[in-house]
Amino acid sequence: MGTDPDSAVQRNRFFEKLTPYLFISPWILGFLFFTLGPLIFSLVMSFYDWPVVGERTFVGVDNYRVMLTEDPLFWDSLWVTIKFGLFFVPFNIILGLLLAVLLNQKVLGSGIFRTIFYLPSVISGVALVTIWAWIYSHEYGILNFLLGLAGIEGPNWLGDPSWSLLAIVVASLWGLGGTMLILLTGLQSIPKELYEAAKISGVPAWARLVFITIPMLSPMLLFTFITSIIAAFQQLTIALLLTGGGPLESTYFFAMYIYDNAFQYFEMGFAAANSWVMFLIILALSMLVMKSSSAWVYYEGEMKNKEQADG
Amino acid sequence: MVRTLTYGALIFLSALFIMPFYWTLITAIKSVPELYQYPPVFWPSEAQWENFIIAWFKQPFDVYLKNSVIVVVLSTFGQLLSSSLVAFGFARFQFKGRDAIFILLLSTMMIPWDVKMIPLYMEFNMLGWINTLKPLIVPAYFADAFFVFLLRQYIMNVPIEIDEAARMDGANSWQIYWRIHLPLMMPALVLVGTFHFMNAWNDYLGPLIYLNDQSKYTLTLGLSMFKGLHETDITSIAAITVILCIPPLILFFFAQRYIMDGAIGSSVKG
Repeated sequence: MGTDPDSAVQRNRFFEKLTPYLFISPWILGFLFFTLGPLIFSLVMSFYDWPVVGERTFVGVDNYRVMLTEDPLFWDSLWVTIKFGLFFVPFNIILGLLLAVLLNQKVLGSGIFRTIFYLPSVISGVALVTIWAWIYSHEYGILNFLLGLAGIEGPNWLGDPSWSLLAIVVASLWGLGGTMLILLTGLQSIPKELYEAAKISGVPAWARLVFITIPMLSPMLLFTFITSIIAAFQQLTIALLLTGGGPLESTYFFAMYIYDNAFQYFEMGFAAANSWVMFLIILALSMLVMKSSSAWVYYEGEMKNKEQADG
Repeated sequence: MVRTLTYGALIFLSALFIMPFYWTLITAIKSVPELYQYPPVFWPSEAQWENFIIAWFKQPFDVYLKNSVIVVVLSTFGQLLSSSLVAFGFARFQFKGRDAIFILLLSTMMIPWDVKMIPLYMEFNMLGWINTLKPLIVPAYFADAFFVFLLRQYIMNVPIEIDEAARMDGANSWQIYWRIHLPLMMPALVLVGTFHFMNAWNDYLGPLIYLNDQSKYTLTLGLSMFKGLHETDITSIAAITVILCIPPLILFFFAQRYIMDGAIGSSVKG
């Protein structure tokens, strides 16, 4: 490059400085137009009475006040979402871990099993719902038939408010393949020598799970913990199509509350306020989990990875 | 003993995971009397394969399929191009604010879709894009944080000497990206393409919010329409569900090696 004339060198320098920004510009533009812009826009909207068509008026914090103090549906839907999360999040992680631990044994055909467990995660939520609606069917459902064989009279899963939420939890758990995969990859990165050393010293299997596997896996568990919480709060497709929020609003999720306010009643400002409350709750929960993580997450690879990144 | 237990558990759980698929498939090919027979029939006496064709013509599924294909093909292309460009930018350049911008990028993965849903609707409404396929395609041309992260990890594992050698030979950054890294990251691109294909093909809420006209519907919307139109037409619902599941399942089957490796790669290499 030294042979170039001066001005060309300068032009080159400038261009060289610009090049990286050109490469990342698609994301920068997308961030401004499809993330940051909408976020600010929705925050502004949340202080307005904002119908899709027609006059919008500034109402201050009125949307938030009405939501928190006058609209019982807000608290009801929030409670439904929390109840769902209390079942979904732990089961998603524990069952995902169970499958991952089973697959991490040296078993024949582990690839086939892994594929089978991941299959439901590959299909559309709409397909998942239609499949489960038919399984849960009160009169013709195979679930109640199988329960009948065991001498149990199955309830009307989707029609009985005391069972409907559980039915949605089970249908959602069918798609835990993603969690399983993440935990499985975590398991496979744990050094085998740790287990061998423990085995030789006579440490029983359960203790190996508790004192080696769980701590070594804790960064992955943290990750799945947070993503499961987010997934629980965003639960919409399954409830929308499987129960429509019913019966008696027993499956009326918070995400559905937002959706209805926006696209059924066209209260865009009010719905924007709802969604910001959801955002803040998720943020607060994630931060709480992150904060607690220093007590239970063990970063063995932290130093090693740093060295790799530098080298 | 442990062996037997492990296999027993795996086989039992596999059956639980497979059973709903099997049940849907045989529901699709049952005759009407067998559909409501009790106790249920576990294999139809005569498989009614024509149920698939009958279901297909109950709604304009040709049109839905065309729309789904347009969305999936155009958005997958955009996603691969934009995410790989951005990933290359983050992986191979030193520039002011790089690390801060990268953390910003990662943190966008935490933002719930619901918060953006309403303003995005308004934005697309102002652009006149409601009831067109554009809201489902255009955003894919602006890179996705998760895919950028995956591809960046991949590029960072390629020795920098390769870039340096190419530069010595007079290649510019674009050529290094296009001629060297794009071919090298093919396995990672297969992974990103597969994930994006599945997201786009399976998407329900996007089409539900942005599309009003039946002529613009995608397959998932068409399937969900059965719920209102033919409440009891279980056979058609099951048949279309099977059809809808086939492409992602086939794609997954072929790409699964890359998916497993990719998941392992992104988790091990911090």
